[in-house]
Amino acid sequence: MFTGASQFALVGVIGAGGSVWAGAATAALLGSRNALYGLRLASLLDVRGVRRVAAAQFVLDETTAMAIARDDPRQSRFAFWATGFALFTFWNLGTLAGALATHALSNPKLLGLDAAPPAAFLALLAPRLRSREPLAIAIAAAAVAIVVLPFVPAGVPLLIVALLVSLYGLFGRAA
Amino acid sequence: MIWAGVLIASASCYALKLAGLSLPQRWLQDPRVQRTVPLIPIALLAALVATQTFSTGQHLVLDVRAAALVVAIVAVVLRAPFLVVVAAASLTAALLRLL
Repeated sequence: MFTGASQFALVGVIGAGGSVWAGAATAALLGSRNALYGLRLASLLDVRGVRRVAAAQFVLDETTAMAIARDDPRQSRFAFWATGFALFTFWNLGTLAGALATHALSNPKLLGLDAAPPAAFLALLAPRLRSREPLAIAIAAAAVAIVVLPFVPAGVPLLIVALLVSLYGLFGRAA
Repeated sequence: MIWAGVLIASASCYALKLAGLSLPQRWLQDPRVQRTVPLIPIALLAALVATQTFSTGQHLVLDVRAAALVVAIVAVVLRAPFLVVVAAASLTAALLRLL
């Protein structure tokens, strides 16, 4: 899995005591946006066969942003692959370092590390809130998750929120 | 069991990316799909922020994480970089626990 928000979410749900399947579903739902990124990149990259299989793993927020910000398709392709390789390398080295380093931590709470995941999710969320509707959706989603949380197993509030926002997006507004 | 979930989630995330590159353009070009898919991460990330701040297991709790979230909100409003936001929140929680 190479898509940060999904990785954080999977770990977050399991860490909060949720089932691994609720975590996996949340991770996949968060990854759904990458399909739309792929759609935008498909004509730009024009990759086939093995190159497409490799390119798919690099379809992310960052690579899409870098690729579509270029006017010239050749520069777009370069931006996509360069950003993808750099991210893939350093992201996974960082993950490995983190996995090895946690064994040295006796109590992560002492370092305030239990406050890190919400801050990380907030930092991922903030750039998407530049207009009124996303902000209203974010506030409503947070409220719904908190209200249902005591009544359903851990992780399930996220799935309820995903279902509600999908229904809202598909049927809630006039075209 | 955990690894089965991790593998399935990984396969799903990869399949979604490959589908975007491979499926006929018109399948994903339905305006309702185009409108809805970007809303899903917004709602899920907001719900994750809320649940990871205000709960332990299935219980709602108000502790130093709430103060850390306030600091994180200030940091993102000031457009601080990702690591600064996370570090500021962690530091807030750690310092408040020392009090």
